[in-house]
Amino acid sequence: MSLATTQSVAEIKARNKQLIDEVLKVYPEKTAKRRAKHLNVHEAGKSDCGVKSNLKSIPGVMTIRGCAYAGSKGVVWGPIKDMIHISHGPVGCGQYSWAARRNYYIGTTGIDTFVTMQFTSDFQEKDIVFGGDKKLAKIIDEIQELFPLNHGITIQSECPIGLIGDDIEAVSKVKSKEYDGKTIVPVRCEGFRGVSQSLGHHIANDAVRDWIFDKVSPDAKPAFESTPYDVAIIGDYNIGGDAWSSRILLEEMGLRVIAQWSGDGSLAELEATPKAKLNVLHCYRSMNYISRHMEEKFGIPWCEYNFFGPSKIAESLRKIASFFDDKIKEGAERVIAKYQPLMDAVIAKYRPRLEGKTVMLFVGGLRPRHVIGAYEDLGMEVVGTGYEFGHNDDYQRTAQHYVKDGTLIYDDVTGYEFERFVEKIQPDLVGSGIKEKYVFQKMGVPFRQMHSWDYSGPYHGYDGFAIFARDMDMAINSPIWKKTKAPWKDAPRPSLMAAE
Amino acid sequence: MTQNAEHVLDHFELFRGPEYQQMLANKKTLFENPHDPAEVERIREWAKTPEYREKNFAREALTVNPAKACQPLGAVFVAVGFEGTLPFVHGSQGCVAYYRSHLSRHFKEPSSCVSSSMTEDAAVFGGLNNMIDGLANTYNMYKPKMIAVSTTCMAEVIGDDLNAFIKTAKEKGSVPAEYDVPFAHTPAFVGSHVTGYDNALKGILEHFWDGKAGTAPKLERKENGKINFIGGFDGYTVGNIREIKRIFELMGIEYTILADNSDVFDTPTDGEFRMYDGGTTLEDAANAIHAKATISMQQYCTEKTLPFIENHGHEVAAFNHPVGVSATDDFLMTLSRISGKPIAKALEQERGRLVDAMADSSAHIHGKKFAIYGDPDLCYGLAAFLLELGAEPTHVLSTNGNKAWAEKMEALFASSPFGKNCHAYPGKDLWHMRSLLFTEPVDFLIGNTYGKYLERDTGTPLIRIGFPVFDRHHHHRYPVWGYQGGMNVLVKILDKIFDEIDKNTNVPAKTDYSFDIIR
Repeated sequence: MSLATTQSVAEIKARNKQLIDEVLKVYPEKTAKRRAKHLNVHEAGKSDCGVKSNLKSIPGVMTIRGCAYAGSKGVVWGPIKDMIHISHGPVGCGQYSWAARRNYYIGTTGIDTFVTMQFTSDFQEKDIVFGGDKKLAKIIDEIQELFPLNHGITIQSECPIGLIGDDIEAVSKVKSKEYDGKTIVPVRCEGFRGVSQSLGHHIANDAVRDWIFDKVSPDAKPAFESTPYDVAIIGDYNIGGDAWSSRILLEEMGLRVIAQWSGDGSLAELEATPKAKLNVLHCYRSMNYISRHMEEKFGIPWCEYNFFGPSKIAESLRKIASFFDDKIKEGAERVIAKYQPLMDAVIAKYRPRLEGKTVMLFVGGLRPRHVIGAYEDLGMEVVGTGYEFGHNDDYQRTAQHYVKDGTLIYDDVTGYEFERFVEKIQPDLVGSGIKEKYVFQKMGVPFRQMHSWDYSGPYHGYDGFAIFARDMDMAINSPIWKKTKAPWKDAPRPSLMAAE
Repeated sequence: MTQNAEHVLDHFELFRGPEYQQMLANKKTLFENPHDPAEVERIREWAKTPEYREKNFAREALTVNPAKACQPLGAVFVAVGFEGTLPFVHGSQGCVAYYRSHLSRHFKEPSSCVSSSMTEDAAVFGGLNNMIDGLANTYNMYKPKMIAVSTTCMAEVIGDDLNAFIKTAKEKGSVPAEYDVPFAHTPAFVGSHVTGYDNALKGILEHFWDGKAGTAPKLERKENGKINFIGGFDGYTVGNIREIKRIFELMGIEYTILADNSDVFDTPTDGEFRMYDGGTTLEDAANAIHAKATISMQQYCTEKTLPFIENHGHEVAAFNHPVGVSATDDFLMTLSRISGKPIAKALEQERGRLVDAMADSSAHIHGKKFAIYGDPDLCYGLAAFLLELGAEPTHVLSTNGNKAWAEKMEALFASSPFGKNCHAYPGKDLWHMRSLLFTEPVDFLIGNTYGKYLERDTGTPLIRIGFPVFDRHHHHRYPVWGYQGGMNVLVKILDKIFDEIDKNTNVPAKTDYSFDIIR
């Protein structure tokens, strides 16, 4: 199905440029000008992907992006399992994000852990008119009474909070005092702030800094004896167990993981992180802020890594080990060697079925670049990629370490653009989110959700790569895609009805 | 190492391996500052007690695990039920990402909707420019026949005036002056998704019937004998609306389904993505004013829409998500009375088959206690069906049900000897339900996907009927209305009952004497 393999890079570039010109024609002039800055064909050797990013989405275009609340409650805070996260405002935000992100954790839900629950202040008109601070105070009292084993509370602001002028910080302080210094964290992640989820990540990171780190007494007795090999996993949300299949590798190489941020994480782990010798950072986009802060304030170095696919895993294990002594360096080699037979077997099984297949991605966080290596390990090629809420530093990393010459780049892609690109490029697989999944499957294009792993996973680590490979194979080589056209009709060709 | 290339282990097997189990145990004891397991156990037990229930029911401010969503979701659900219509939600963009995901997860279908992407500057200056640009972009990009506007709570809090904004946008040339842009204010802090359904549908009908926001003459009603049908917010819309059409056609009644989203939420995979499919034509939406009568399947989804229609001279009738024999009888007799057409022979036969099936199976349902939660009308319809089956709908809880709903439920209970010990719980959530299930246990729970947490915690087997159902596939394709729909509900309940009996009788040499082959 793929066209790319038979074309030269020059031809691909010309086609992609023409494609961009074509999609821009649909827009009113002003919008076309703005969107043009977000679309490009990657030129090898350039320091970034040549697109603008982290700018406001344009009204009415069907952006795929979410909001700051999604970035804070949905991504950063929500997985902290022993704290209760109040979706503060009307009922919807908490309802739609309730347990939808598959942040796995171990605990007795409703008693000592609370991740897959929806706590909301369910704002009514009177709360908007008279303010919600009194209600919030009462909610905290009721939580304390009914969920006595919670280790802390966060207040995740929805849009109205900032608009009606509530003082959630004051309520948090008063209530914290009333409950013997209990950790109560107000988070100003109202959905209208910023341009996407991204500002929500930043605000959430800052809230950890201000309301957790700054409250930990420097004289507090450590909960455990430090070792020279203590590290913290930062920016892994344990989707389908990703952080676990990562942690096991770090521990096998001789490191000790003292905290997970934030998948299967706990308040105690957040508090202990300043004791780490190294912060290892997976999702740079959502947690670089706190990593930089810990570097500045506590002198903890941080190191980005990539646990998708054996090539990047080995590279990352060695990179992480380089911060430590020979014992850990040997540990890294031992781990790589241990899993080599598994990786060889996975690749021997799946590569022949996937060799030369093309992929188009559109995801958030780190994935638009991080998963490219895993596809390449399977002989596949990523021909287009873009970030839902990336910044320029993401596009720099992408250009410098990941994408090939001629790759189509689309930032904050609109529904229309994405459909058109896929229709024309006809990749063998699209990897994006739930909102995109069925659009492309209707077109007869195999698809995997690359946020939720399509309810599979983990995809991180060696154990995860076996699942990743299996899943990509089953998506692309499912016999169903041969049946999308009735045999009495013409040959299949994906197309768009609405936009024509 | 547990992972294996030949037999790839998924998450549900992988982490049960000894390496992972050891790793997770170490993580907990060393780093998580866990509570003493005895204390966790003590609280877990305490949370099952009447004492805890009392505290739980004394809550005044906190909502935990509600069974309702917010207004704009209902508005989007309505909008896509009109031909070529794109919902446009004025306010923050994250909300739209949520509605689309939510609907896609339930229907396993694309869900198209745009936002005006308001941010901080719009919070200060209002969202007029977002509306102007947004309508122009949507119109040019997606070529909808109509753009139906609703609002998020952000736009409502700052007080954006949709009528004025749309007028201005038209003046600025975003869309042609005569282009249809109906609107509805749908604040998330009032009511729930069923309220949003109501407001959005009323907004669309008002647009077509009452002069398109002052830009066209109001329509003069000339009765044409047709019947309008409104389904309400319904997770089974695909199966239900098709079933209703079949019933109308069997009876030879001319009808208009308003907000018919049965096709757009069930498009084929044949190489084409249909952003729009089926739906009530705009012409039909306008001509619906001429109908003789309008029937709403869900009273609480049409509390404003039906009076609005009635004021235009229609006879109106509202049902409460009718399920089963008598509720379907009432529905069909109403159709027959209004249309003057007899109830079709084929439907009579279907009725007989449903009664036959209930008679065959009632011994397994009779006397069983059920808890039900969901939207107010669905709760009513299911409770009435259970009473017909001789079962007891012991706890009926609706987070978005009000006092009037509760009174109506109590009247239903009072009408049947099986309703004697049954109670309605308006405005309560699933954490209240948890206490009810612990302190007054029932045999089965009926609810949406989130009920699986209650099933896990209380051991009450869950029968998935409601919205959303994320973790089972394709149920929305099967109707629950009409006699055939009643049959589907009956089978769903029976399957769970039999599965439970088998599950509880399958231990060899202990309980398997009851592991019967014939039931």
